Amino acid sequence: MKDDPYPSSAPTWSRAGFALGVKLALPILPGMIAFALACGATGARKGFSLIDMLWMNSLVYAGAAQMIAMEVWPDRLTGTTIAALAAITATINARMLLMGASLQPWLAPLPSWQVYPVLHLTTDPGWLIAMRYRIDGGNDAGVFLGGGVVIFVLWMAATSAGYGIGALISDPRAVGLDLVMPIFFAAMLIPLWQNAPRRWRRGLGWAVAASVALTFERLFHGWWFIIAGAVAGAVAEGFMEEAQ
Amino acid sequence: MNTDLGSSGALLAIIAMALVTYPMRAGGYWLMGHVPLTSRLRRILEALPGTVVVATVLPLLFREGIAAAAAIAVALVVTFIRRNDFIALVAGVGAAAAVRAMGL
Repeated sequence: MKDDPYPSSAPTWSRAGFALGVKLALPILPGMIAFALACGATGARKGFSLIDMLWMNSLVYAGAAQMIAMEVWPDRLTGTTIAALAAITATINARMLLMGASLQPWLAPLPSWQVYPVLHLTTDPGWLIAMRYRIDGGNDAGVFLGGGVVIFVLWMAATSAGYGIGALISDPRAVGLDLVMPIFFAAMLIPLWQNAPRRWRRGLGWAVAASVALTFERLFHGWWFIIAGAVAGAVAEGFMEEAQ
Repeated sequence: MNTDLGSSGALLAIIAMALVTYPMRAGGYWLMGHVPLTSRLRRILEALPGTVVVATVLPLLFREGIAAAAAIAVALVVTFIRRNDFIALVAGVGAAAAVRAMGL
């Protein structure tokens, strides 16, 4: 990741690149919209106001973290419980450090004031689209922006629609809506497993995550088991190569 | 730290979440320009999405019982056969609703 093997001239920001980014994002939109609908419905079920949802959807703009945070949202918001919510959010979003790091060799020739605001639009699918385009030899930062903007706009629309639908359903439990988060998360496991660079390493990381999370859940009150399990598993998986 | 923040609490919590999320988006980019990420740290960050899912879902499975287990099993099978989030979601939610309708 340190050396960028592709053209090192400064990327451009063209309208054609923007349009290409929009086009490249099309295949991921159905999945993203399903997730956004589910996220909005969770907000309605948990009793968030529409204004608070709009702030969260645009400022936090990280569906997986939002879904878990809303699920574990404390009844009493104090400095301590807000710190716990922030810690969970940070753990879930720490993966984005890697996305930013992999964009840097490409976008570094651009002035910082152009790059840093656009980085707020970083999402898993948006990043994936831009990196695939870059690996194919592309050098138009407009692709990252175009994909980012279309995903953001549709995310805002679909989460709001999901909020409206969720607010209409009187008994979310009867139709299984309270399980939307675990369902989505479990479905993510299939590609995460299939795309693992070393499956035995991933399996071991997951086993550590599972046992630490279950142990923490028995021993401690609250939702710290998510952070403990996730970090322990990731560290175990990351340290594995050296241990070989 | 233990004062109830009342009606402004939700917005403050959202701002706190946003304040920790943007540094994750921008931090890796910034860091790469200053210090190189070690391959170990990179592997740890690569592993996080999977371990977050495992650490979140598994304890919930024990807490929520048969309906959750049925929903997750159906979603996994559907995703394995056809990689489609919509179908997986509808099938999973439907399985949970069916199990609950049966009174399990």
